[in-house]
Amino acid sequence: MKAQDKQIGAPMNRVDGRLKVTGGAKYSAEYELPNMAYAVLVGSTIAKGRLTSIDAKAAEKAPGVLAVVTHFNSPKVPGFDTAGKDPSQPATVGGPLKIFKDDKIRYNDQVIAVVVADSWERARYAARLVKAQYAQEKHKTNLEASVSDAFLPTAAKKNPKHPMNDYQRGQVDAYKTGAIKLESEYVIPTEVHHPMELQSITAHWEAPDRLTLYDKTQGTMATRRDFAKEWNLPEENVKVIATFVGGAFGNALHSWPHESAAIIAAKVVNRPVKLMLTREQMFTNVGYRPYTWQKLGMSATPDGKITAITHESIGQTSTYEEFTESTLAQTRMMYQSPNVTTRYRLASLDVCSPIWMRGPGEATGAFALESAMDEMAHMLNLDPLEFRLRNYTEQDPEKNKPWSTKFLKECYQLGAERVGWNKRQLKPGSLRDGEWLIGYGMGVGTFGAHRGAATVGAQLLPDGTVLLQCATTDIGPGTGTVMTQIAAETLGLDPKKIRFELGNSSFPKAGTQGGSSTVNSVGPATQEACLALKEKLRTLAGAAFASAKKEDVTLTDGYLTLAGNAGARVPYADLIKQGGDKAVTVEAKPGPEGQQYSMYSFSVHFAEVRVHELTGEVRVSKLVSCADAGTIVNEKTAGNQMKGGAVGGIGMALMEAAHIDDRFGRYVTKDFADYHVPVHADSPDVQVAFVNKPDPHVNNLGTKGIGEIAIIGVAPAIANAVFNATGKRIRELPITPDKLI
Amino acid sequence: MSSETDKPAGHDESRRTFLKQSSLLTAFTIVPGPVLQAATYELDEKVAAAFEKVSLKLEVNGVKHKLSVEPRTTLLDLLRENLNLTGTKKGCDYGQCGACTVHVDGQRVNSCLSFAVMHEGKKITTIEGLAEGGKLHPMQEAFVKHDGFQCGYCTPGQIMSAVACVREGHAGSETEIREFMSGNICRCGAYSNIVAAIQEVKNGGQKV
Ligand code: FES
Ligand code: FES
Repeated sequence: MKAQDKQIGAPMNRVDGRLKVTGGAKYSAEYELPNMAYAVLVGSTIAKGRLTSIDAKAAEKAPGVLAVVTHFNSPKVPGFDTAGKDPSQPATVGGPLKIFKDDKIRYNDQVIAVVVADSWERARYAARLVKAQYAQEKHKTNLEASVSDAFLPTAAKKNPKHPMNDYQRGQVDAYKTGAIKLESEYVIPTEVHHPMELQSITAHWEAPDRLTLYDKTQGTMATRRDFAKEWNLPEENVKVIATFVGGAFGNALHSWPHESAAIIAAKVVNRPVKLMLTREQMFTNVGYRPYTWQKLGMSATPDGKITAITHESIGQTSTYEEFTESTLAQTRMMYQSPNVTTRYRLASLDVCSPIWMRGPGEATGAFALESAMDEMAHMLNLDPLEFRLRNYTEQDPEKNKPWSTKFLKECYQLGAERVGWNKRQLKPGSLRDGEWLIGYGMGVGTFGAHRGAATVGAQLLPDGTVLLQCATTDIGPGTGTVMTQIAAETLGLDPKKIRFELGNSSFPKAGTQGGSSTVNSVGPATQEACLALKEKLRTLAGAAFASAKKEDVTLTDGYLTLAGNAGARVPYADLIKQGGDKAVTVEAKPGPEGQQYSMYSFSVHFAEVRVHELTGEVRVSKLVSCADAGTIVNEKTAGNQMKGGAVGGIGMALMEAAHIDDRFGRYVTKDFADYHVPVHADSPDVQVAFVNKPDPHVNNLGTKGIGEIAIIGVAPAIANAVFNATGKRIRELPITPDKLI
Repeated sequence: MSSETDKPAGHDESRRTFLKQSSLLTAFTIVPGPVLQAATYELDEKVAAAFEKVSLKLEVNGVKHKLSVEPRTTLLDLLRENLNLTGTKKGCDYGQCGACTVHVDGQRVNSCLSFAVMHEGKKITTIEGLAEGGKLHPMQEAFVKHDGFQCGYCTPGQIMSAVACVREGHAGSETEIREFMSGNICRCGAYSNIVAAIQEVKNGGQKV
């Protein structure tokens, strides 16, 4: 690739691709440290009550066992007494579980012991020997049975401006008096993130007050903050490394008990400790998309104008933490309705806390809203796409502000063409191919184009390469790759000469990789750091450069050059020799635009499904995802991310559900045999199209974010297609064959 | 923790107690007295542990290994923890995800589902052994080109499986590839790109 080529937008291969295909990429349980010990967790077998005793004698005597730590012998974790609410944690009331601090059991499989031995095999065996006695109490694990106890989140009660408060525009519940109206209930079950990498951590006390963690986290700085606090250490004494993260989809946005357990264990045995959850523990100890009940009422005029929407939801949370998410956000701003009411409630159950799962609440809410849109279109005998166009919003009806950009209509057009929307029949069950019924459906998604502050360090190295560093992480989207492209374009340097290092809390600071905000935030910081570096080099480069504009300064192979002045060429070697500081660290922050504009990414998903008439089997034969996500920095990685979201949406629509046996308060889904996720054979060749028009207000790059809109709206698109194929409206996910026959 | 005076007890440990006692008996017959007196609990423990291990010879990525392993050690844990070949991934440990796929004598196998000792004398190839002399295998090249991954965690397993899929003659069509790759889960959902990579290798006719 030549330096003068346009880098932003180029479908560049990933900079870490080679490491990933050769097995060279190291994830958090793959670091070799001297004297490594292995930790295995023991979980409670009741959902609620108190631990009365633990018999660990047999485990302690088992070969190779170094320690068994429980509530009864755990060293004191100093921060457990002092730690207050942490701003890095989700907007919750309460806080993460303080492991081993008390004898309370708050959910089934709560960590009650950590067994440390000199090998996995020995730790695993010994963990089976730990026996606990409990004083059991009656538990509650069923949301539908707890609907009457649902409450307004405490944060909303305390602050009338809190977004989780009831929302009202126009008249309350106006749909009830509408001419044409519907009222439907929707349920999405608990879904589990299940990244392929099991949650893992290697904890190493390098000194009694210096802790290094190789951890699966989406935020190295947040994790550092959490554990520095837990151990009353200055933040600089804690280092968190997450160079490679084997997927997360939200479940590494929070600090979990196994991380605390590994750190405590490492302290006790005074050796580095490696801990890897089992797949079963991934159901119980690291969050999930909460079981959510929703009711949506809608009314419209005969010519297809929505007159009112009421959307209510009750999501499950734990007893020790109030987890909230924006389930109702899309309903307030997506369609032009004069009357909108939303009510968000929680129900506390004896379960582990949920945590945002890809597309979080918006994906849950969109299932209800976009299904209801399809139901109403059907009642009106209107094409669902036409119905959406009749209620299209040209400005944000919730905040009464202009959109920063909105190219959703373009998305509609791109997607409808590709899926062959014109083949869709208004009457369900009209198309078939032998025993297969064919249907088409659509679902819309939106997510805030969030941007936070981020800092990037840039440095010219003696070999003429540029090193960039930032504490941000890459859980899979290709952060390092797109940052390299942004830097290459800004510097005018071959991307091969740029190295972007990330996933280390010691690097210049960045927020957590979540909420589709990484490129929006770190992108401009990379850009500005590169501009600052050029400026710095210009000042070192002598007379010809002194009066030059910084846009004209270019870094080329071995030289600093000036556009339009062939004579101005200074070898890097000369600049380096000058001894001055060739490094810059630049912070980029969002401007006031967020106050003036409503900033969102938008997507639409079109599905073609084939439903077997007799068996109820649903095959997604086509899936087309179109996004207005601003500038696309790399079509290859961005397209991949969109496809991944679509596949996640297939799981949500057709197979994913974690079930608790309420008699025991324990998950009966324990692995991939019980909890199905899409495999190769479940996925069609997903088609992706981007509008690819920059948003001038979010940042200078024009990006808006992709990760969430890739999944938001997919599940209803499939459910709507199933309706179009069969005439059966499934309002409780997943759409398994039993619901169709 | 154990101390010298603790007597192992209970059903779970009886076999081990036997091992320890019998190993000491054996030692009596061959070791001079003073050395025996020095035998601490720890030595006793080591002797017992040694008896619990099984010798194993296998070849990994062309390198011959002579090992002593516990029979319960899976091939996956042996690779990751003992041989430091962490390219092979653990995604479930139950044979349900394919992240741990390696080749045993050329056949794809879920290494978490087999004990290391079952592979006496076998040739194992892991992702680290696929490239030759720094030159990527065509399947690795194709995965990079088609972006057949995101987080990269399922990737070694996908690639090992993909190579086997082509060799087995199961890459004849997109549908066939999807069917024969369905034991390898990619939670990031890079399936379309993985299939494109496999098709390219298959259609390119390169030697896999
Ligand atoms: S780790 Fe072996 S199949 Fe999942
Ligand atoms: S690339 Fe992340 S699981 Fe496949």
